[in-house]
Amino acid sequence: MLDADFFRRWMAAATASVDREAERLTDLDSAIGDADHGSNLQRGFRAVATALEKDAPDTPGAVLTLAGRQLISTVGGASGPLYGTLLRRTGKALGDASEVDTAQLAEALRAGVDGVMALGGAAPGDKTMIDALLPAVDALGDGFAAARAAAEQGAEATIPLQARKGRASYLGERSIGHQDPGATSSALLIATLEEAAEG
Amino acid sequence: MSDDKRVGIVLVSHSAQVAASVAELAKGLAGGAEAVPVAPAGGTEGGGLGTSAELICAAAAAVDRGVGVAVLTDLGSAVLTVKALIAEGDELPEGTRLVDAPFVEGAVAAVVTAATGADLDAVEAAAAEAYGYRKV
Repeated sequence: MLDADFFRRWMAAATASVDREAERLTDLDSAIGDADHGSNLQRGFRAVATALEKDAPDTPGAVLTLAGRQLISTVGGASGPLYGTLLRRTGKALGDASEVDTAQLAEALRAGVDGVMALGGAAPGDKTMIDALLPAVDALGDGFAAARAAAEQGAEATIPLQARKGRASYLGERSIGHQDPGATSSALLIATLEEAAEG
Repeated sequence: MSDDKRVGIVLVSHSAQVAASVAELAKGLAGGAEAVPVAPAGGTEGGGLGTSAELICAAAAAVDRGVGVAVLTDLGSAVLTVKALIAEGDELPEGTRLVDAPFVEGAVAAVVTAATGADLDAVEAAAAEAYGYRKV
């Protein structure tokens, strides 16, 4: 079972992962975006870490709802409301339960991904976060390692795609050949679930 | 008329200068616009290019007279942040609405219409109609 501590460890691992990978995310974003994805997410997740230390929410849902709220407030780019909505919707879907199982997390994350698609209007294949998140949610029933592999494959599979959402879509065919920064950071977020499970 | 409450207008741009200038332009072009509460919410809190949820919430609170707030945005994170804040439910004043309109032309139409004492629906419709203004 996954308790509030698990979700705090997830957010801490995500913060550390974004810190480690910020430069790579910004490099990917400089190819097809505005070169701020790494630094934006770094600022956002550091704010998440601070807020979780200060408020110490005691249910899985409360941890994710607070984290999502922080991302919307502090990121300053489109990834803020998108990741914020992902975590907040997931948190709301988990409700007040003090513990949840992996199947409940998968179902809640699916609600979160649906929220992201509704907010940003992206569909699978548009070269966005969704291309990593949806395969991860589909694979989560087989465990965190399977979700991680699916998300990483999904992110890599954005390389030959042409961007159809966001600033990268202005580049048209020139967006082909670059891995999507949002799909890459989504894969990092999913990968850190496994780290949180290891304790 | 001068005691009537006006719909508030919030202008959200990635750039503080763009938001402030469009607010000034819209008020300058609208007769009676001094009665319309207009607030820019441009850039990040640190003065960089981007979107700040805090600046948007502060601007909306500043222009709220209890009869609705129309929010106009430029693109990308400005649109998504306002949508996410509205979905949140408790961050923005009641009756805050993201208006689907071109930023500059829509802002002028919104302020002109709000200056007449029109309600939020009419302000929204006027701003959206600005999409129909063809230049050639």
